[in-house]
Amino acid sequence: MEKPKPVTQAAKAVALVAVVLLVCVPFLVIVSTSLASTDEVVENGGWVLWPTEPSLDAYRDILDGGIVTHALGVSASVTLAGTLLSLACTVTLAYALSRPGVFGGKPVLLLILFTFLFPPGMIPSFLLVKELGLLDSYASLVLPVLVNVFNLVVLRGFFQGIPEELYEAARLDGAGDWRVLWSVVLPLSKAALAVVGLFYAVAYWNSWFYASLYLESDHWPLQQVLRTYVVAGSGLTDATTGEATVTAPQTVQMAVLVIATVPILLVYPFLQKYFTKGVLTGAIKS
Amino acid sequence: MAAVLRERAGTEEVRAARRRPDGAPPRRKGFQSRGSLALALLMLPGLAYFLLFHYGALAGNLIAFKEYVPFDGIWGSPWVGTGNFRRMFEDAAFWDAVINTLWIAVLQIVFYFPVPLALALLLHTLTYSSVRRFVQSVAYLPHFISWVIVVALFQQVLGDTGLLNSSLDGMGLRTVDIIGNPDAFRPLTVAQVIWKDAGWGTIIFLAALAQVDEQQYEAAAIDGAGPWRRFWHVTLPAIRPVIVLLLIMRLGDILSVGFEQMLLQRDAVGPETAEIIDTFVYYQGIVGGDYGFAAAAGLFKGVIGALLVYAANKVAHRLGEQGVYR
Repeated sequence: MEKPKPVTQAAKAVALVAVVLLVCVPFLVIVSTSLASTDEVVENGGWVLWPTEPSLDAYRDILDGGIVTHALGVSASVTLAGTLLSLACTVTLAYALSRPGVFGGKPVLLLILFTFLFPPGMIPSFLLVKELGLLDSYASLVLPVLVNVFNLVVLRGFFQGIPEELYEAARLDGAGDWRVLWSVVLPLSKAALAVVGLFYAVAYWNSWFYASLYLESDHWPLQQVLRTYVVAGSGLTDATTGEATVTAPQTVQMAVLVIATVPILLVYPFLQKYFTKGVLTGAIKS
Repeated sequence: MAAVLRERAGTEEVRAARRRPDGAPPRRKGFQSRGSLALALLMLPGLAYFLLFHYGALAGNLIAFKEYVPFDGIWGSPWVGTGNFRRMFEDAAFWDAVINTLWIAVLQIVFYFPVPLALALLLHTLTYSSVRRFVQSVAYLPHFISWVIVVALFQQVLGDTGLLNSSLDGMGLRTVDIIGNPDAFRPLTVAQVIWKDAGWGTIIFLAALAQVDEQQYEAAAIDGAGPWRRFWHVTLPAIRPVIVLLLIMRLGDILSVGFEQMLLQRDAVGPETAEIIDTFVYYQGIVGGDYGFAAAAGLFKGVIGALLVYAANKVAHRLGEQGVYR
């Protein structure tokens, strides 16, 4: 094939640089602003691209045991517990549905896929959570979204891809289904488990709507606090002292934003390493 | 259909339970049947979740035909027949929400849909280079950022005192009013969707592009086809099924536009431009306490939406493409 023209090459390069900048610059601005001093931010009109004298004051402010510190704890706990519980229920169900000849495998699968086509709706789900007595409990953030159909289908597809000979061999050695799952299937599925686990963790970490629906404000996770603090721009009432705080300065708002984003940035390289494979097998299978 | 399926699943469980006490299930298939019992047990937690939180909640849609009285709960509340639906059809605000939803969905299809495709084609030309991997990693990232953060980022960049406006101001140019301006709201939401999901959306196109045999390009080049004709006759046929399928499925899902995205920004621009069906349900039901009425609107959307998805899938099959389900 002939060499592409230099003009085409230049246009491509410009487009690629534009894509990278469009994604990265907003993050750079929030990180820089969170590290700047309040005076510098005000002087510059609300944001800073590169702080002259970086300081961690804003972070010290919010991590000093106030609302944000508490919310951070809530988010971390819900994410950890939710991910483990979701993963356990998804793995067992996906494994059972991946084996041929399981009791009611076919109708159960249909039953589950139908929920994808027809979700129950916000009001009935809310009333159900209310009537189950789950309002204002952390379980309300986990139980109603325990198993994700997409993740289930991805895992089931992966389990089906494991060669039948391995199951046969384990059976000949006298292993039951639980044993096969634990000692054969799971060790072979580390990549798929990592993807699905990270998908769950990201979803739990990012979730705010259910918290706004089901929880009192003193139990809110970080994203919902962020919504009130930054997006709606209103102050928060400290649950322990009952004092209403004034709208936070820009540096503090940006620090909250950074803290809510950093865990995603930290797990992203791992996610990135695995997901194309995991997502694609799932997407093709479904 | 749901009821029938549930009934059947129920009997499976009963059968599984019946076998348990004696500990020795029929030895018809030897290991197979013992294994099946263990598998049925493994299935239980996940299955219980779907029965309770999906089918239980689905049954709760009965409230759309009732007047919800908190003290009596869903089952005890009095029936009002189709009263909630009649009120809904006569409510101008509901129809405004429907129209807004369709407007935003159409704008997204026209302006968002081509972006991941274009980006994928661009990335595809950078075969196997580290540049490509780097750009892909950066472009996928926003998909994992929550809507709260995305909306906050847009405020910081495009708001009154944001990056864009203070730069314009600094250069002595006129500032632009984007955040909180109802006229700019719809384009803004499309821009947000592009920023968040265009990179992620390339995955499926890149997968289709990866299936193209390199030899076809070489053969076409030898036959004298230039870059444009190679694109038209080799690349496009390879990704057309994916384009058609995604487009049809998006049309089937036309009553849904990002609920969280709209809810976060509705108050800043007002319901006239930002109310969609889902936020209508939220404000009528959760905020207003008119649960029966809100559930009616939600059920209306659910039924029409399911029919549309079903129809879209049928169309996809008719066109010879593989649908999302069979």
